[in-house]
Amino acid sequence: MAWTLALPELVLALCGLAILLIGVLPKRDTFFPMAMAVTGSLLLAAVLVLGQQEGVALNGLYVADSFSSFMKVLALIGAALGLLLALDYNTRERLNRFEYPVLVLFATLGMMVMISANDLMSVYLGLELLSLPLYVMAAFDRDAGRSAEAGLKYFVLGALASGLLLYGASLVYGFAGTTNFDRLAAAFAAQEGVSPGVVVGLVFVMAGLAFKISAVPFHMWTPDVYEGAPTPVTAFFAAAPKVAALALLARVLLGPFADLAAQWQQVVVLISIASMLLGAFAAIGQRNLKRLMAYSSIGHVGYALMGLAVVSDVGLRGLIVYIAIYVFMNIGAFAVLVAMRRSGRAVEQVEDLAGLGRTDPAMALWMAVFMFSMAGIPPLAGFFGKLYVFLAAVQGGYWTLAVIGVLTSVVAAYYYLRIVKVMYFDQPPEAALERAPPSLSVVMATTGLFNLAFCLFPAPMLAAAGIAAAALLG
Amino acid sequence: MLVGAVFFPLLGAAISGLFGRWIGDRVAQWSTVICMVLAAVCGIGAFAQVALGGQPTTVPIVTWMEVGGLEASWALRYDTLSAVMVMMVTFISTLIHLYSVGYMSHDATPYRFFAYLSLFTFMMLMLVTADNLAQLFFGWEGVGLASYLLIGYWYEKESANVAAMKAFIVNRVGDLFFMLGVALTFFVFGSIEFSIIFAAVPDRAQDIFLGVNALELIAVLLFLGACGKSAQIGLHTWLPDAMEGPTPVSALIHAATMVTAGVFLVCRMSPVFEFAPTALALVTVVGATTAFFAATVGCVQNDIKRVIAYSTCSQLGYMFFAAGVGAYQVAMFHLFTHAFFKALLFLGAGSVIHAMSDEQDIRKMGGIWTKIPITYVVMWIGSLALAGIPFFAGYYSKDAILEAAFAAHSPVGMYAFILGLAAAFLTAFYSWRLLILTFHGAPRADAHTMEHVHESPWVMLFPLLVLAAGAIGVGYLFYPLFIGAHEQAFWQGSVFTGPDNHILHDMHEVPGWVPIAPAAIGLAGIALAYVMYMIAPELPGRLASRFRGLYLFLLNKWYFDELYDALFVRPARRLAEVFWKVGDARIIDGMPNGAADLAVQASRGAVRMQTGRVANYAFAMIIGLVIFVSLFLIGFVR
Repeated sequence: MAWTLALPELVLALCGLAILLIGVLPKRDTFFPMAMAVTGSLLLAAVLVLGQQEGVALNGLYVADSFSSFMKVLALIGAALGLLLALDYNTRERLNRFEYPVLVLFATLGMMVMISANDLMSVYLGLELLSLPLYVMAAFDRDAGRSAEAGLKYFVLGALASGLLLYGASLVYGFAGTTNFDRLAAAFAAQEGVSPGVVVGLVFVMAGLAFKISAVPFHMWTPDVYEGAPTPVTAFFAAAPKVAALALLARVLLGPFADLAAQWQQVVVLISIASMLLGAFAAIGQRNLKRLMAYSSIGHVGYALMGLAVVSDVGLRGLIVYIAIYVFMNIGAFAVLVAMRRSGRAVEQVEDLAGLGRTDPAMALWMAVFMFSMAGIPPLAGFFGKLYVFLAAVQGGYWTLAVIGVLTSVVAAYYYLRIVKVMYFDQPPEAALERAPPSLSVVMATTGLFNLAFCLFPAPMLAAAGIAAAALLG
Repeated sequence: MLVGAVFFPLLGAAISGLFGRWIGDRVAQWSTVICMVLAAVCGIGAFAQVALGGQPTTVPIVTWMEVGGLEASWALRYDTLSAVMVMMVTFISTLIHLYSVGYMSHDATPYRFFAYLSLFTFMMLMLVTADNLAQLFFGWEGVGLASYLLIGYWYEKESANVAAMKAFIVNRVGDLFFMLGVALTFFVFGSIEFSIIFAAVPDRAQDIFLGVNALELIAVLLFLGACGKSAQIGLHTWLPDAMEGPTPVSALIHAATMVTAGVFLVCRMSPVFEFAPTALALVTVVGATTAFFAATVGCVQNDIKRVIAYSTCSQLGYMFFAAGVGAYQVAMFHLFTHAFFKALLFLGAGSVIHAMSDEQDIRKMGGIWTKIPITYVVMWIGSLALAGIPFFAGYYSKDAILEAAFAAHSPVGMYAFILGLAAAFLTAFYSWRLLILTFHGAPRADAHTMEHVHESPWVMLFPLLVLAAGAIGVGYLFYPLFIGAHEQAFWQGSVFTGPDNHILHDMHEVPGWVPIAPAAIGLAGIALAYVMYMIAPELPGRLASRFRGLYLFLLNKWYFDELYDALFVRPARRLAEVFWKVGDARIIDGMPNGAADLAVQASRGAVRMQTGRVANYAFAMIIGLVIFVSLFLIGFVR
């Protein structure tokens, strides 16, 4: 039976249902055990993904290949780390309800479905399965006005994006006669020209996906939601869903619509350039760290899309490596943000980091590592991420992209380095930040070491990304 | 032994410089002194083996660089020329290290001083034992560096810093020519190794470069480089200012060794110079002019060290014109004797300064000869040697130089001879002016200083006595070897003289009055000084007011500094100001600042779009979608 191919998703779904069931039974607080159970489920799913066979299943709705395995493992790791960030924070902020880990689990399930989607129907299914928990999570601190506002904004705009995607899918179906990726690809390969209807439909689909990765001009929700949502939620938003949505975008564009590359390419180039520019410039004036990270993530998506825009295996490999490194930089940086507390209250301004180099050298060091890595300073991992996409752009002859990429990363370096400067050269206020709890320290150290050590052992990651890219491009 | 002579000072410098802070001042000082003593023993041994024993040799150490056709190795070229220099440098340097132990006893960081001093010695030895021009240049720059560090040793003093920079920059001007000379040498000969160059010189004698004889051009360029290091007229301005350094430094670097590097270079490159008669004439004229010019300035200076500094400048001029008329051996001989008596004079002056509580103005001294008799006596000996009074060291060498100039039988030779004689007169005059003003007459210092006048400790007096013995004896002892009967066996061709160059022979055949003239004129100078400063002390003042123009002209050192200030320094500063204010501040800084402003404004614009209203956001999404769809369709239609 072919459905066994989807075993990781099935197991994860069952785990989710079981945890949901068990979670309601005891009267007392079950946040921590449930979170642990979810983490375990995510890791179990990751193991299953690694042992997964390749092929198409469920009447062509579902595909498993090296690309999906790589991206799924990455998304699962991102989700698990994101959940770890919430452990201490949620308890202190009285958000320690057991639904939180369950929401994370179902969102992650949605991601996996997205990554493995082989039909526009399963794309939509996965996307909605991801989006609905995210809306709830954004508003999870429901007593706080800005959290509720964030959730509502995200929901309204997300609904709009979903609508666009669905409308696009229906256009494609109407003009091409199928929603299955393989058959779409065959159809476009067979006929000479494509009808404008398909093309318009494709743009709508791209818009829906661009919303999830918060690429310009579908990014508008990002700063508000990132700022309003509880910090661990923001951390989760910034990592795992981006992986899934980028993977899906890559699969859609390079799979069924590969023959239309000449048409969609210019749109991706534009999105990439606009994202890089906005990510670099808009963050300069930000004082709120979460807002700053929102713009930073927009910029990073721009760089990652550069790999997609050049339409080559080198470019796709660059994208895969970039997003992987991005997850580790981002989770690490958010671990520091989550850990920022003064006198029991969470703080999130850049000035709150002042003097951290003296009051908490370890945390300051890790933050500096993440900031340097994000700025793309060698020998940290972020440099290699940028290096591979820039290389791909240069090899493909996309000089404009590469030059804009370099220039914007120079501009972006300003606000990353400003954080380092604030940490090491500014006077600390009277009350120092509290010590980071162990769970966060572990995440910081793990991701920090990854950023530091990547330059020493880049080969496994590059090889895996190469295989994944090859699988997608056939 | 040959290697030890060169590398012991480096060892000393390393010990003192790197570990001086931990091992303490005393250990650091004495370890450098011991290293120097070992080096001196090796140096004398090397001299005995190479020059006296007649075994010139080259000690290869390691290949330094191999770039295309350019190959340079570290190797110690020991022939008589370098052996003489090695012995002289290590010997004098050892004495000066010893002297410094006493002189610098009140200093805060003596280990730094000793490290620099030893480093300098190493660099100088590197220079003189170089086997190729690149290594020589290494030593050349190295002594320049050490000189800079030592002149500016008291870096809290503004004047010391200024002087150090001046010395370095003026030297750079000379170095530029030197580098051009090296480059041209490589261009012409395809090598910078001495042995290859010297062997190829006769074949290249007719080469033309840019319409000029290539060898002439090389010789002129190298000589201009030598001018910088040896403070010849035009590039001499740094030397008097270099007296800002501690006195032992002046004695070692700015009298006995480093400044003679230029003379050494000319002698070392004698095979090239011998084929460049025009360059040699230039050397003669510049040397003679410097000898005279510096002597005139020396007559009116009031700082005890500056007087001796100008005297050094003048004596270097002698050496150059001796080389210029082809008597390289004579130039080396004067270099050798001069090292002894000039180091003696400087150290003596240091002893006086030490006694006078750091007073350097001779107008504020006087009447102290009974209080510091040993210093007084050695200063006399040094001055007698400097003035060329018979049977002191300077007599043999200076006499020989003037004879050689006369024997050249050429217009430039005669020019050099006449100026040389005049300079000899002035030399004697200012030496005794110095002696008389410093030691005789009524005390002009305040009573407090006079109370403290004391003889220096033995660690300082011992080097003085050794050098005094040298100032008396080396001329007589080494005369036969350097320029006398055994001259050919001694030099063994390390100094090249062309087939038509019989100057060493001719100089013994000059008319009878020529050898006597310098001594006689020297005595006349002494007599004049005696009259002017002992018998009629009011005379100098009257002369100065009578010939005010001339006096000021000399006092201001022929206005060289002012001239350079107006010609180079101020225009350069003005240019730099323009570059700074317009080029850098406005244009170069302007671009990034403007870009940064632009970035900030772009940021404001981007943030303004973020209104916080969902409707606006949705609108932006739709507009974006519309744009993409139209783009898509346009692309599609196309």
